[in-house]
Amino acid sequence: MNAGILAQIQPVPTPAIEWSAVSPLLALVGGALLLLTLAALTRSRPPRGFYAAFTVATAVVAMVLSGLQWGRVTDPARGGYSAIGGAVAVDGFSVFFAVVICAAIALGALLSDDYLRREGLDGPELYVLMLLSGTGGLVMAAANDLIVIFLGLETLSIALYVMAGFHLRRLESQESAIKYFVLGSFSSAFLLYGIALVYGATGSTNITAIASFLADNLLVSNGLLLAGFALLLVGLGFKVAAVPFHVWTPDVYQGAPTPVTAFMASAAKAAGFAALLRVFLSTFELYRLDWRPIMWALATLTLVVGSFLAIVQSDVKRMLAYSSISHAGFVLVGAEAASDRGVAGALFYLLAYTFMAVGSFGVATLVGRRGDADHGLDAYRALASRRPVLALAFTVFLLAQAGVPLTSGFLAKFYVIGAAVEAGSYALAIIAMVSAVVSAFVYLRIIVAMYMGGDAAGAPAPALPVPFAAGLGLAVAVAFTVVVGLVPSPVVDFARDAVPIVPAVPELVSTGF
Amino acid sequence: MESDFPLLSLLILVPAAGAALVALVPRGNDALARPLAVATTAVVAVLSVIVLAGFDAGDAGFQLAERYVWIADFGVAWNLGIDGISLFLVVLTGLLFPLAVVAVKPTHDDKAYLAWLLLLEAGCIGVFLALDLFLFFVMFEIVLVPMYFLIGGWGYGERVYAALKFFLFTMLGSAFMLVGILTVAFLHQRATGVLTFDLVEIAEAQGAIGQGAARWLFLAFAVAFAVKVPVFPLHTWLPDAHTQAPTAGSVILAGVMLKLGTYGFLRFGLYLFPEAATYFAPLLVTLGVIGIIYGAVVAAVQRDLKRLVAYSSVAHLGFIVLGTFAFTTQGLQGGVIQMVNHGISTGALFLLVGMISDRLHTREIAQLGGLQKAAPVLAGVFTVVMLSSVGLPGLNGFVGEFLVLIGSFPTRRWWAVVATAGVILAALYMLWAYQRAFHGEPQGANATMADMSRRELAVMAPLLAAIVFLGVYPKPVLERIEPAVDRLISHVEDNSGFTQPEVAAGEGERE
Repeated sequence: MNAGILAQIQPVPTPAIEWSAVSPLLALVGGALLLLTLAALTRSRPPRGFYAAFTVATAVVAMVLSGLQWGRVTDPARGGYSAIGGAVAVDGFSVFFAVVICAAIALGALLSDDYLRREGLDGPELYVLMLLSGTGGLVMAAANDLIVIFLGLETLSIALYVMAGFHLRRLESQESAIKYFVLGSFSSAFLLYGIALVYGATGSTNITAIASFLADNLLVSNGLLLAGFALLLVGLGFKVAAVPFHVWTPDVYQGAPTPVTAFMASAAKAAGFAALLRVFLSTFELYRLDWRPIMWALATLTLVVGSFLAIVQSDVKRMLAYSSISHAGFVLVGAEAASDRGVAGALFYLLAYTFMAVGSFGVATLVGRRGDADHGLDAYRALASRRPVLALAFTVFLLAQAGVPLTSGFLAKFYVIGAAVEAGSYALAIIAMVSAVVSAFVYLRIIVAMYMGGDAAGAPAPALPVPFAAGLGLAVAVAFTVVVGLVPSPVVDFARDAVPIVPAVPELVSTGF
Repeated sequence: MESDFPLLSLLILVPAAGAALVALVPRGNDALARPLAVATTAVVAVLSVIVLAGFDAGDAGFQLAERYVWIADFGVAWNLGIDGISLFLVVLTGLLFPLAVVAVKPTHDDKAYLAWLLLLEAGCIGVFLALDLFLFFVMFEIVLVPMYFLIGGWGYGERVYAALKFFLFTMLGSAFMLVGILTVAFLHQRATGVLTFDLVEIAEAQGAIGQGAARWLFLAFAVAFAVKVPVFPLHTWLPDAHTQAPTAGSVILAGVMLKLGTYGFLRFGLYLFPEAATYFAPLLVTLGVIGIIYGAVVAAVQRDLKRLVAYSSVAHLGFIVLGTFAFTTQGLQGGVIQMVNHGISTGALFLLVGMISDRLHTREIAQLGGLQKAAPVLAGVFTVVMLSSVGLPGLNGFVGEFLVLIGSFPTRRWWAVVATAGVILAALYMLWAYQRAFHGEPQGANATMADMSRRELAVMAPLLAAIVFLGVYPKPVLERIEPAVDRLISHVEDNSGFTQPEVAAGEGERE
């Protein structure tokens, strides 16, 4: 009797799990769990820098694993593909962002190493959170379903909320965590509502299904879809700190522990843009006449507000926060172009910007000294005479952010503005370049303080140690910035081949969608 | 004409490598930096003379061309070439930098100072040699950084303000040019299907860009060059930058960097957008002439000797703009040779002003009375250089000004008339300043001022020789400039409604 009933039970159709498709994610999560377990189980203190080295190794492994996917996804005969029932897309785009986010994790870990010891916060927790946050970012970049994007966003963000409040003895850190959490949750709600509206308009949350629905059907009354666009833009715009959703950025960047800020400015922004680019330039490509004007307005506002408000700041971390807003504006310029070159330009910009941002905040980490509070311009006065190599590295990062040639920053601006010009957005191109000049003023102010600021108010400047790990991270960032400025072709080709695709999802076809 | 030996690349890479080497000199051996820098600039000077010697005077095209693909995806290449227009600018740069390095010792941080100077040399030469729009922009912008640090780090009282103003003003102009460069490349791609930033390719495909678009693009480029030249009213960065810069900085700024703008007008403005150039010529010629008069009048009322020379640069470059946009062979030839002449004479002037201010610690003309009695050799050299700047026949300044005036008379008659008045004004402010500073009885410290040392005389001697030689026998220079200039004018004639007026040739050759 039991056997008969059992025989009637239909097996639940579960998707096939292609482990190789998500191997970078698994590497990061595995590394995080392993680190946590190791730290919990071992009684003795690990050797100095063990946690940071482990994190860097994990990030490198994840980068290598995603690099192994590159050959398959750029092969014209085979191309990108979807996995896990169409929830995950493996294409050049996801590989590119895996590289960007893993690089941010590695550099962030190198910066955190001495910082945590210096502030008395040593332990595996920050590294575990960083790895998990990065996992969320990778998920966002590799998602083929809007709900999966949301999953990735929440994983990324919740870990970041905790990381922002990590400095237990600084009130600003706690405040920034609360601010980030409240505003972030609010915007996640907007994003979810936008996803719901898009589901209502198209009947699915799967990107492939949405794209084919929009291609096959002409929507006569598309208000629901457009409302969905708007809310998606709000939710993702918050993550990338586009104006007017940027208000959290200066306070959170300033309050959070500086290595966390470095990670936020690079990885979180990259992940947000990954989702934004995939959703709008890939899924909703047919509706670009509808969302391009909004993107244009967002880009203009972001560029102008980011560059002008940076001028009036006196705290270097806030200046860098506003400048990161204006950099997001440049990436939006690439997105507005709504072309392959625009996406490639945006990707190149994000990669170049990751190294510049982590480098800049890395220097801020070192100059901030114990207590992480010394971030006024006065702290940088005469840095060139105390630590000439550090000042030179910071100069390289600042000039790269300004867009001075022979740095990756110039190539990035060139690429993005080229895309805008190719798409005919001449006004936006001019606004972008003028705002670049305005923000150059901010960077020059810091350079002036470092080189031409005279001696620091008479008092002998306290020693400014440059620990090995942080120095290594900064050296890598400087090397990348300068080398890519001189020989950009490999990275340009990398970005060009990383355009997102809408992969075929066999499971959808078989269910007759 | 292709070349096997990358001579032009060496001209750029040697100073860049020299800059890196000087920066890497270990802290204990700082004394090595200066000989290394002098040697590097000397090598570059020799290389530029080799290029000059091997230059084919009859060839109107680009010689010693090199082309290596840089960014394949964009069609950007390391594309260098030299012709009659850029030849003497490169030689000027090659010869002016060693003099600037030898003449003045920096007050502190020798290594950084010399490294920045060498990087500046690489950038300046790169601008003159670039035949690729991207490469040109890179070089055009990269010269801002070393000059900014030179002014800000080694300059005088208001140096930070002056450096900041210089950097931001110039960068703003170049921002428009970047959009223009990208637009012209992508419009060219839209018409021909090939994405390239090659100057010759884009310029020869004149039908690709519509007239309206070409005019806007010319404006975008012109803004950048107008700030650099500088053309009135975008000149306000110049007096501060020149005055606050250290002596070597002023010499290079006036001698070489201002020419980047006028060269840009010729190589990019006229070549890429000939019709738009003829359309905007009246505007630019007017601004140039205003600059001549304005620069002269304001120079006349200056109390600071260095600021007076700075404003005189505005006036002299107004002549070059007038000559460039007159679109006649003499006008353009005059413009090109005046670029070289202005570089020599104003560079020399700034060196002399630097010598005076180093000795007396003041640049106020009112406090400089009677220097001729105290330092007669200095006064004599100053006289020659000053007269060259005024445009006395027999010295180099006259050749350029005369050609510009003769060249602009057929096409821009009344502008030429007004500009001629500018020559007289130049005499006014220069002679009056000389009289106040050098004539009369020396007061106080002026009486014991040291005369020129042997090193200073050695630095000034080549400049004086050039001033006299070019004034008496400019033919070798002019005959090398002429083919390239003629080719440019025919390009303008072919692509616009403009025709160069025929000037009836007398018997015998015009030289």
